[in-house]
Amino acid sequence: MADKKNRPEEMASIDYRPPHRDWMDPSVEFTKGSYCYAAPLKNQEYLHLPNPRQWNPQDPDWKLPPDFKRIILSGMKDRLEKYRSWKLYLDICVRCGACSDKCHYFIGSGDPKNMPVMRAELLRSVYRRYFTIGGKLFGKLAGARDLDEQVIKEWYYYFYQCSECRRCSVYCPYGIDTCEITMLGRELLNLVGCTTEWIVGPVSNSFRTGNHVGIPPHAMKQSLESAQDDIKTITGIEVDVPINRKGAEILFVTPSADFFASPAWYTLMGYLMLFHEIGLDYTFSTYASEGGDFGLFHSYELAKSLNTKIYAEAERLKVKWVLGGECGHMWRVINQYMDTFNGPPSFLEEPVSPVTGTKFDNARSTKMVHICEFTADLIHSGKLKLDPGRNDKWKVTFHDSCNPARAMGLFEEPRYIINNACNYFYEMPENTIRERTFCCGSGAGLGPDENMEVRLRGGYPRANAVQYVRDKHSVNVLACICAIDKASFPPLLEYWVPGVETAGVHELLGNALVMRGEKNRETDLRGEPLTVNTSVEGGQHGV
Amino acid sequence: MNRAAIILCPLAAVILLILLSLLTLLGNGTEYIFAVVIPYLALTSFFAGIIYRVVRWAQSPVPFNIPTVAGQEKSLPWIKNDKIESPVSNWAVAWRMLLEMLFFRSLFRNNNMQQAGQHRLVYGGSRWLWLGGLAFHWSLLIILIRHLRFFTEPVFQPSIWISTIDGILQLALPALFITDFIILTAVSYLLVRRLVSTRIRYISIPSDYLALFLILAVVISGILMRSLFKVDLVAVKELAISVITFRPSVPAGIGLPFFIHFLLVCALIAYFPFSKMMHAAGILLSPTRNMKNDSRMVRHINPWDRPVRVHTYAEYEEEFRQPMIKSGIPVETNNAPVEQ
Repeated sequence: MADKKNRPEEMASIDYRPPHRDWMDPSVEFTKGSYCYAAPLKNQEYLHLPNPRQWNPQDPDWKLPPDFKRIILSGMKDRLEKYRSWKLYLDICVRCGACSDKCHYFIGSGDPKNMPVMRAELLRSVYRRYFTIGGKLFGKLAGARDLDEQVIKEWYYYFYQCSECRRCSVYCPYGIDTCEITMLGRELLNLVGCTTEWIVGPVSNSFRTGNHVGIPPHAMKQSLESAQDDIKTITGIEVDVPINRKGAEILFVTPSADFFASPAWYTLMGYLMLFHEIGLDYTFSTYASEGGDFGLFHSYELAKSLNTKIYAEAERLKVKWVLGGECGHMWRVINQYMDTFNGPPSFLEEPVSPVTGTKFDNARSTKMVHICEFTADLIHSGKLKLDPGRNDKWKVTFHDSCNPARAMGLFEEPRYIINNACNYFYEMPENTIRERTFCCGSGAGLGPDENMEVRLRGGYPRANAVQYVRDKHSVNVLACICAIDKASFPPLLEYWVPGVETAGVHELLGNALVMRGEKNRETDLRGEPLTVNTSVEGGQHGV
Repeated sequence: MNRAAIILCPLAAVILLILLSLLTLLGNGTEYIFAVVIPYLALTSFFAGIIYRVVRWAQSPVPFNIPTVAGQEKSLPWIKNDKIESPVSNWAVAWRMLLEMLFFRSLFRNNNMQQAGQHRLVYGGSRWLWLGGLAFHWSLLIILIRHLRFFTEPVFQPSIWISTIDGILQLALPALFITDFIILTAVSYLLVRRLVSTRIRYISIPSDYLALFLILAVVISGILMRSLFKVDLVAVKELAISVITFRPSVPAGIGLPFFIHFLLVCALIAYFPFSKMMHAAGILLSPTRNMKNDSRMVRHINPWDRPVRVHTYAEYEEEFRQPMIKSGIPVETNNAPVEQ
């Protein structure tokens, strides 16, 4: 495979013809840029993970426990009894191939084992060997293979080249969800101590400090205060940043990247300005200072453990309901897992917008509302004064993040906000948006820099669609509602589609939001002049 | 595993089955085995197998509500909810499932990624698989209904109607049902596609070919029986009724062509519950398709949920109390005055 310094032209010359030989013999090479580092010993120990040791995927010996086979097989048995999805999806695939070209990692790499069907077959072949009559009797003839250390290595390689985006499950005639395969495949790997640094590091941080970057409470406060300062500089208005305030009406939880990383930072400014403008009675929490749940990329136990903090903090601070910021897998957890994990939150009330009186009936049990639902309602009720002209330098397109799309169906709300906050909005081609959206290529724990080649390749289909609207409509900003997007798109787009920036939807809203008593704005939230001559900016980078 | 073996082994198995039915030429005793014993075993395998598999699936719970949402959620009243692709009612789920099972809705979405020129990906509509799959499954259903005339006396009326419509071309082409032609074309397409497309060939395992070869052999033997090697249909029906009424008797003069077809069918139905063909029942249980996107409206219960190790607020404050107090963040237990 090519080095990450390779030019895009070379990276995009992809051969989609699978090798002639059979896939059954596991073979995998951990080359630079194509795998994530192993979890450091300190994190493994801190989280009480099994088989703690210092190891490296490039080592020939992974120091698996001597009875790793028994551990994995009993782990499989356990999960077959716990997850109908898994059992069913290991059984019913007909290998029709509809999913084969739907995975962004396959499209970006041409590696046939990145076809969703093959990713599952890596596991299915072992399942057949030990759990089905045909596999026990006929072995390879029944598509079954023995479990050995090489298979474990192959699993590690390919289950960490799946961003659990669920695009393939949209196309599968039986709804087979590779995310279920990957999630539980990773759980099996955890049982023998094979997990990645970029997952257990953030999990450890979230566990201890409440957020994945490990910011302690006082640093988080400083960070919010500098957002306050920035807003004052730009708008002349001093917004409030309530922290751990008991008795607030609403607890606001957002991915912690918003507190420090650009461009997520500008989204945070957008939130603070919005909340100030509508006089929202809310609070941040330092204990629940992370919306994203990195535990989801690891295991049921850690996903549930980290998620506990949101309701616990809502109860302690005696708020009425919870509002959640822009994030991808955070919303997978909140929408599909949180209530089951840690509900019912009987101490909360059914969410009602204090500004418009709108009841968020769709969140009546979980009692957590998406910021885009909240803001779309504000705009629709005429509560916000917006000047979309302030975003005129942006020719906007919108990236549906995997989870808000396929785990929620949040399609219209962000578009409604963008359309009200911006004058120029262009959709990418229909097979690349909404439920068919492509992943940024860095989701589900695949975001570390050492994994850059996988990320660039996985992000290629998305970038390619961005390139289409850049060339056709001079699009120069990709709006999104996911913290991983905001972290991964800047390098991805710089590589594939130079000239296109990344922005959160609430950054665009913050630009357009006309605040009472604000001074004449000269810059956008990035501190850049409000208007630039865009006619050259967008189209200059032809291919 | 040798690429050729992946295709040739299942082919050999089907040929072996055909050769096995030659044993019926030996006389009455073996005829009884093939006409009565084997079908009973096959039917037992079929029904017991399906029940076993479905019960086993159903025994595993669905711990989380994980529909694959493919349309706008139900949220604000002025935003139109996609009732089918983001269903919130049981009716909508039933509708979604029905469209999936009767018309292969998800497969209809299929597209084909292609490199168009340099560094441009396009996703063109690709409905051949959908069409081939749909044609195959619908023909199969119609053929099954047609076959009911052998098992019912008086004959199940819809079976006659369907046979009449299906046989409308017989005016011009004797002995050919429309569905015979369609299913033969469709299964051939599914097979050729598997053999020709490098990607599909790569993912195929022997059981994929076994199912196709078996079905193809059943279809071809069935068609030949109507056109080339005529069999005594009265005798066949007598046998069929005697078997399903549990008074088995083998009438004389059934003939080898029928036994070939019959053994292949028996093999197919006996194998069915243990094969990928169980997708037919499995789709009904698929959580990404049969669940409502209402997980924030109604709490889904995980039956095996258990407590996990957590880091409580008290533990958190214990570690960070001093800096929190110092920077004016409210705390639960403070020994110093807290700035507001």
